[in-house]
Amino acid sequence: MLLNGADILIHCLEEQGVRNIFGYPGASILSVYDALANSSIRHVLAAHEQGACFAAEGYARRSGRAGVVLATSGPGATNLVTGLADAYMDSVPLVAITGNVPLSKLGHDSFQEVDIFDVSMPVTKYGIIVKSANEIAPAIRRAFALAESGRKGPVLVDVPSDIFDHSAEYEPVQPARPLPLPPSEEEVRAAAELLNKSERPLLYAGGGVTQAGAEDKLMQLARKLNAPVVTSYMGIGCCPPGYERFLGVLSDINPKATEAVSECDLFVTVGARFNSRYNAFNTLRKRKIPLLQIDSDRAEIDKNLLTTAAVVGDAALSLEALLPLAEEKEAQDWAYLAMPDLGEENRGTRIIRALTRELGDVTVTTDVGLHQEWTAHNAVIRTPRRFLTSGGLGAMGFGMGAAIGAHFASGDVCLVVTGDGSFNMNFNELTTAVKHHVPLVVAVLNNNALGMIRKLQTARRSKGGVNALYLDVDYAALARAMGARGVTVTEEEDPEEAVKRALDGPLPVVIDFKLPINTGI
Amino acid sequence: MDNATRQIVSILVNNQPGVLSRIAGLFSRRGYNIDGLTVCATEDERWSRMTITVNASPATVKQIVAQLEKQEDVVKVMDFDVRKVVTRELLLIKVAVGGAKRSEIVDLCTLFGAKAIDVTADSMILELTGSTDKVDSFVKTLGVYDISEMARTGGAALERGADALATTVEK
Repeated sequence: MLLNGADILIHCLEEQGVRNIFGYPGASILSVYDALANSSIRHVLAAHEQGACFAAEGYARRSGRAGVVLATSGPGATNLVTGLADAYMDSVPLVAITGNVPLSKLGHDSFQEVDIFDVSMPVTKYGIIVKSANEIAPAIRRAFALAESGRKGPVLVDVPSDIFDHSAEYEPVQPARPLPLPPSEEEVRAAAELLNKSERPLLYAGGGVTQAGAEDKLMQLARKLNAPVVTSYMGIGCCPPGYERFLGVLSDINPKATEAVSECDLFVTVGARFNSRYNAFNTLRKRKIPLLQIDSDRAEIDKNLLTTAAVVGDAALSLEALLPLAEEKEAQDWAYLAMPDLGEENRGTRIIRALTRELGDVTVTTDVGLHQEWTAHNAVIRTPRRFLTSGGLGAMGFGMGAAIGAHFASGDVCLVVTGDGSFNMNFNELTTAVKHHVPLVVAVLNNNALGMIRKLQTARRSKGGVNALYLDVDYAALARAMGARGVTVTEEEDPEEAVKRALDGPLPVVIDFKLPINTGI
Repeated sequence: MDNATRQIVSILVNNQPGVLSRIAGLFSRRGYNIDGLTVCATEDERWSRMTITVNASPATVKQIVAQLEKQEDVVKVMDFDVRKVVTRELLLIKVAVGGAKRSEIVDLCTLFGAKAIDVTADSMILELTGSTDKVDSFVKTLGVYDISEMARTGGAALERGADALATTVEK
């Protein structure tokens, strides 16, 4: 049938089963907004394109399907860039659709014109400029296929605005779901050989396990090997907290996990890359501990650390192939078992534990700063896709949008753990939550300063203090001004009781937890 | 960089806008230095061929190939051992010479297999096709004269023998 470009776009989103999209209108994409009005798709209007992009990411991270974000040309498009970079770093499937100035005006520095295709190139898996209405359907279908296949990631589709108003033939197509990449038998055999030769393997699980739904297979292997399991930020939830050899998140503030890494004789990484952050990875290199890497992206192999053996393939298919070849192992004695719990403990960590205990099975999002570390180590997360954080990019302001998106993917109550610094970046999205009745619990761990910066500056013995905000914002009052509930918890109150009191009432709520300025520093 | 050698990476890419930018961006972003780059049409209009010369260790070249292979617009990647390929560069060089010195230049051209393609009373343009080393040494030799300007292409490379990059592409 003959449809205009905007209708073709919406039909293609419906083909993909898209129910919710996030965005912000502007002159170059208004035709799409007209078409949306007659569709089955709910559009969630954000306060800022960055918030919309984080919401689409939250939707994707919670559901596993590509999130969709809409923005107009120029500033609308450039405001997506941080979200695209975040999705790229954490391999989150995302389809970003931007309107641009009309085809004939491209390249003339027209009003609100930006070459977003080029701008986004280093932070997207792929980008497409659509130059005729006939190309819309193939471009959208290809964008979804790319975003959701192999190592997942963001794809940008840029459409000059007049293309939305041109007509083209449209025939519905049933989208083929991308097939996960199977590993080669040869690589699996070599991996099994390495595994069977080792006595003390340790498993490190990342986002690739979540993406592949491989958590059960991971745990089968862990139990068969009697192996300790650590996760990356992206892998939180892959290993249930009840597993007796679960060591939590690998980071420098987890001494037990760091010790376990130095004790293992084979480090097995599944769907996690080696970042630049943790000393444990330096230990691997210095002690020449053999490394077995399972990843869906061949370019990750030998990128930062040299592997002894590698399996390139989907984590679930690779583990499934490896399981029957892996021999059972006796439980070993590890020195870390005798170590006392030396994890960071402060008012912030107590508040986070009290919140997740009280809220039960919630989805937790974080921003970036000291509270991100505290939450990663203290929130009780039992299943994958329940802890959403900006792992690779470390983007402050991620949490609000991500929680809103996660709610639309799941119906979950979402807990946003943030700090005063991060919350200042994107608290505007509280208006989105209020408008759409999103049940958020926003915990602002408010020390009235940029805690992580303060910590780094203290470590560097920096003089001077360009680190503190000292604005003493009343976030409870701010929340009320935006139509949400607001509660203040003073430094003196008992965290457990304060949490119970604060949660007793309608959502969304912002809880302003006042903390001493040097908490955790 | 330790054990860095000159390597040639040949890539078949989709012939469409933005591809050169994407590939060049990948190299700069990941810190791979490009010594030479040639892009040309191929016998198949769907594809372009990029010939990239890099000075890198074998491990880096492996990474480059892995990063290139996952690009959506890359059809096929081959990294060649320089000994198994023939490469040629084209040099055009303008020398400000006339009179008696012209015959010296003509002698050099004979030695190197270069051609004079434009001659005026006080200038000559010479053309040379050859390996990177040969072109380098010709430029160096002409250095004693007054070189006005020069233009030089990147390398074009083909594997020796009957194999072809395009025939290894799964149709």
